[in-house]
Amino acid sequence: VRSSETLEPAPGLEPAPNETKRPPAGAVAASAGVWYPKRFWQKFAAPATIWLLVFFALPFYVVVSIGFGTVDEAFRSPIPVYQPWWWQFQTASEALDKVFGRFWPAYLRTFAFVLIASAICLTIGYAVAYYVARFGGKRRAMFLVLLIAPFWISYLMRMLAWQSLLKEDGYINGFLHLVGLPTFGWLEGQPITVILGLVYGYVPYMILPLYGFLDRIDGSLLEAGRDLGASPVRTFFRVTLPLSKPAILAGLVIVTLPMFGDYYTNNLLSGSPRTTMIGNILDDSINTSGQGPEAAIFTMILMVILIIPMLYYLRSTARDLERR
Amino acid sequence: MSSPTQTRTVGRPPARPLPVPAPKRRRSWRADPWRKPRVLEAITWAYLLWSLVPVLIAIWISFSSGRSNSTFTGPFSLQYWTGTGFEGSGSLFRDPELRSAIRQTVTLSALTMLVAVPLGVLFAIGLDRWRGRGARASNFLMLLSFVMPEIILGVAVLYVVLYLFKFIPLGTPAQLIGLITFQISYPVIIVRARLLSIGSEYEEAAMDLGATPRQSIRAVLLPLLAPAVLASAAIVFADTVDDFVTVTYLKRDTASEALATKIYTQVRGSPTPAVNAAATLMLITTTAVIALGYIAYKRYSRGQQGGLQEFSSSI
Repeated sequence: VRSSETLEPAPGLEPAPNETKRPPAGAVAASAGVWYPKRFWQKFAAPATIWLLVFFALPFYVVVSIGFGTVDEAFRSPIPVYQPWWWQFQTASEALDKVFGRFWPAYLRTFAFVLIASAICLTIGYAVAYYVARFGGKRRAMFLVLLIAPFWISYLMRMLAWQSLLKEDGYINGFLHLVGLPTFGWLEGQPITVILGLVYGYVPYMILPLYGFLDRIDGSLLEAGRDLGASPVRTFFRVTLPLSKPAILAGLVIVTLPMFGDYYTNNLLSGSPRTTMIGNILDDSINTSGQGPEAAIFTMILMVILIIPMLYYLRSTARDLERR
Repeated sequence: MSSPTQTRTVGRPPARPLPVPAPKRRRSWRADPWRKPRVLEAITWAYLLWSLVPVLIAIWISFSSGRSNSTFTGPFSLQYWTGTGFEGSGSLFRDPELRSAIRQTVTLSALTMLVAVPLGVLFAIGLDRWRGRGARASNFLMLLSFVMPEIILGVAVLYVVLYLFKFIPLGTPAQLIGLITFQISYPVIIVRARLLSIGSEYEEAAMDLGATPRQSIRAVLLPLLAPAVLASAAIVFADTVDDFVTVTYLKRDTASEALATKIYTQVRGSPTPAVNAAATLMLITTTAVIALGYIAYKRYSRGQQGGLQEFSSSI
């Protein structure tokens, strides 16, 4: 009974020609006469696709509609305008004036902080990933557990830990005092504290992809370099480093994207306007009532800034999947 | 950077005999290809200490007797866990607000896991075989949700709930929607990696033996995917426990504040070691969940390739 079900297409279920074949061994299935019902695989993907359309894609349209929408005069609450031909751009131009005026230092600062922090992340991350991938040996499993550990320690816990270490009566200042150095107001709006916080927070996200890549580098390539007379250092710069360029770029994107949206590191480790970043501007405007449209515009600006690195990352992961 | 002596002999003959052995010995240590990478090893250990010791100190402070959460005051005590806290300042398991926050965190994590994992697993299976423009667009949408900074996603869901789907109240329902949207990509990515390594041979064998497509998926593919499904369930649960941006933006009142939100507000105020206890509880929960996920992963993938390496690469 069962075989008759599968060997011939059931009535009413028309086999779509491009669905009967599945690479790589699809030919076998096709020759055995197995037909997949029409839109069989689409049905699997449908629930999550619908979910993402309704709760991920649509919300962005709502954000745009609020940014280009109007405001209820009485309650100062935003009224989204869904028809593009009725969009108003007054809030947007006001918000842009602020971005290029009052908030411009914060935007520049964010780029500087992110640049410095991600460069430090890359330096530390590459060294650690390279060591574990090449020389981990028998201790590799232990190293991996220790490297993954920060992922399961919540970001807040890690920032809380630093906040208490850096407090005026914390252990860092206690140590400085002990060795006779002047204590330092770490939490009083110091750029260095925020940058170190960002590095501390995001460096694990740099290490794992780099490790995954360096681990896959074919050892024979390195041996070839050595056999041809290159020193270890030269082999590294001529073989390993060029090979790992895509992984470096991917790692940089992975750490910079959340850094641009980060506001909590700053709030926990500084809280001073001297270190305000893009994320703080956005967070502040969301938490201020009556600023709905402006917050929407700020969200859109952040999206515009991040769209190129995001698309780059998506393209490189897509290519990675094809190569496998 | 090959040996400088060589270039010298090639370029022009040395006018003098080669240098004395003393510097050469130093160079030969540097040039020794089998030398231990001491500098890299030192950096790695320094990094590991730097990344983990502050957290250990924070955990240790949760057992302090004093009021401050920046230094440990002896003796070792549980007053910020189960006691009354310093001069009645409250402890993790006694403070009604912190207790309700624990409940909210567990509820949100469990429900997010129960919805996001099945959605993601079905999505991964569908995407793996469905070819065409629709599949590419769908995949793009999923990956975009994966890389989108959480603050942007949080604002977007907040606005859609506030101004379009007004029937969805802020609080648990809105938080769940935000969390599921944010978490859906984990199971998809993990299960797809597994699907690639399984291939389609097992299912085809099942169908050659007379199974329908549906049966081959239920009886063959899903059991093979079990390790990846369990691993992604653990990851989604643990990551939701740690989530803070989405649950904070989409809360309604103090009753819908999760543990992470409480920690955030208290750290910005005047934290007592009860905050450290709360953060430690989160850490214990996520560690336990991930450990369980790993054990289950190991058990189900017995006899197949896998292990820590694959589990970690799935993160």
